Amino acid sequence: MSTLEIKDLKVSVETEDGPKEILKGVTLTIGDGETHAIMGPNGSGKSTLAYSIAGHPKYTITGGSVTLDGEDLLDMTVDERARAGLFLAMQYPVEVPGVSVANFLRTAKTAIDGEAPKLRTWVKDVNGALERLNLDPSFSQRSVNEGFSGGEKKRHEMAQLELLDPKVAVLDETDSGLDIDALKIVSEGINRFREREGKGVLLITHYTRILRYVQPDRVHVFVDGRVAESGGAELAEELEANGYDRFIKAAAV
Amino acid sequence: MTATVETVRDALELDKIESHLHPEGSFDVEAHEVPTGREEIWRFTPLKRLKGLHSDVELVAGPLSVTFDLPDGVRNPVVEGDSLKGVSGYVPTDRIAARALAAAPSTNTITIPADTVVDRPIAVTVRGDGGGQAIAQHLVVTAEPHSKATVVFRFAGSATLADVIEIVVGDGAQLTVVNIDDWDDDAVRVGHRYVSVGRDASFKHIDITFGGDVVRNDTTATYAGPGGEAEMLGLYFADAGQHIEHRLFVDHTAPKTKSNVVYKGALQGEGAHTVWIGNVLIRKVAEGIETYEENRNLVLTDGCQADSVPNLEIETGEIEGAGHASATGRFDDEQLFYLRSRGVPEAEARRLVVHGFFNDLIRQIHVPELEEELFATVEAELAKNVLKAN
Repeated sequence: MSTLEIKDLKVSVETEDGPKEILKGVTLTIGDGETHAIMGPNGSGKSTLAYSIAGHPKYTITGGSVTLDGEDLLDMTVDERARAGLFLAMQYPVEVPGVSVANFLRTAKTAIDGEAPKLRTWVKDVNGALERLNLDPSFSQRSVNEGFSGGEKKRHEMAQLELLDPKVAVLDETDSGLDIDALKIVSEGINRFREREGKGVLLITHYTRILRYVQPDRVHVFVDGRVAESGGAELAEELEANGYDRFIKAAAV
Repeated sequence: MTATVETVRDALELDKIESHLHPEGSFDVEAHEVPTGREEIWRFTPLKRLKGLHSDVELVAGPLSVTFDLPDGVRNPVVEGDSLKGVSGYVPTDRIAARALAAAPSTNTITIPADTVVDRPIAVTVRGDGGGQAIAQHLVVTAEPHSKATVVFRFAGSATLADVIEIVVGDGAQLTVVNIDDWDDDAVRVGHRYVSVGRDASFKHIDITFGGDVVRNDTTATYAGPGGEAEMLGLYFADAGQHIEHRLFVDHTAPKTKSNVVYKGALQGEGAHTVWIGNVLIRKVAEGIETYEENRNLVLTDGCQADSVPNLEIETGEIEGAGHASATGRFDDEQLFYLRSRGVPEAEARRLVVHGFFNDLIRQIHVPELEEELFATVEAELAKNVLKAN
């Protein structure tokens, strides 16, 4: 089971001119086994939603709630949220020089499971995950995200998704900067995760093209820190044809 | 007319350097005034803790135990008197160096014969026994042409030491020198290392500083011919009350030479102070050279101070590349967030980041037995503070 429930979430950031409200009351429920896409123009608050759910210190929650299977995520530290089953694939994964991918993955897996993975099966699992994402086994000896191409960074995020096996994955513009081959590989990674029992996915994207490979159950249009409209896959098709203008104008009125 | 003279002199450039960063040298102790602490080269150093090394305290030859573990073929005669002082081209540029050379009655030497590859490290252990007297020492390492060797200096125990190590890397030779300052808490060392890198030779210096009350090391690299390379890597960890100072100077005195200087340090505890001065001079003659210098400091607790000053002086624009970087910071919040968002608890995330910070450097050392030791030492240092923090 996995239900991510976001209720009237309000979030602000500190700016030079004082706090600025970015999310102005977001309500969303990702039900058991569902994939929701959030689409919106730049600056609409999509990434803020992703990072504030994960607990990035830059964002201040000023109202609302976020729960995962009824547990209050906002009350947890960043790492507690991950151990509760939340995973955030980042748009710009961070370099950690001198820490190998192998060491990183094993440390994370140990933290999430509360015990070290069995060596023999773990090595097999890691190599399998890397192979499925078209990453060479030598990849695990490189420093985390250091010198990775844009595509390698995103595929590395997907390898983590596969190995860490969270309940809910928030994917922040995982499709950005990918060529079509890399987009397919990453989409397959997302779909393999969705095939597992009861996994939720919140797919944040600026473009519709990834939705050709990852079919969402629901699509939400995000404008000015709010969900402007929700619908099925047909809403993505409308955005593909007409862009965000209709929603931006409606929000400005 | 005057203009012509200057042009000619410029063309032949290897003349005086008009810079306070590397003053004119002299073997005469009295040519170097007793520093007051206001001088550019002394302003970061706690003179009061030098136990008189910089002024007039008597310097003697011992007690200091110096032991050598020499592979076959390596020679190490002790040469009495002054004949080897300045053999590398070194001229003392500060009072402590001049005093050390004047007071040392003899020179310890290590010579790697020409065309010889020494397959295990040459180990030199210098241990102070805590006697109150200030000690002067002079040492010369010579890698004769086309030889290849690694020399590991390990400084330990308790001492007040002023020393000069001259290193001559012959044409085509490859020499790695490892320096480990792992002193007891009360030790004071002011060291000077001067290396002359021969034509097409390569020199690698690995400079590790953990222990001691005050450790101040000057390291200078110059080139005796074109095509030489100097790689200087440093790692230091300053605890509460410790002063660790590194002053690097790469003097590109020949064309087509390369230098790469990377020092990384961590500081923890009240009064921990590190200083890194990275000077690079590219002389007019040094066309086609490539240089890079970098210093990074990781401040782990409150109450620490890291000074970091890179200086680059360029007298010719006809070079391949010149760059420098310096950064001092606390933990990178984005790195910690990334690791923690994967379930890694905060203390463990910090440990990973610090390990990574140093591993990056340690894996460039390529002396396997040393890498293991350094990983362990970093772990032990971290146990004092970072792991305790949460």
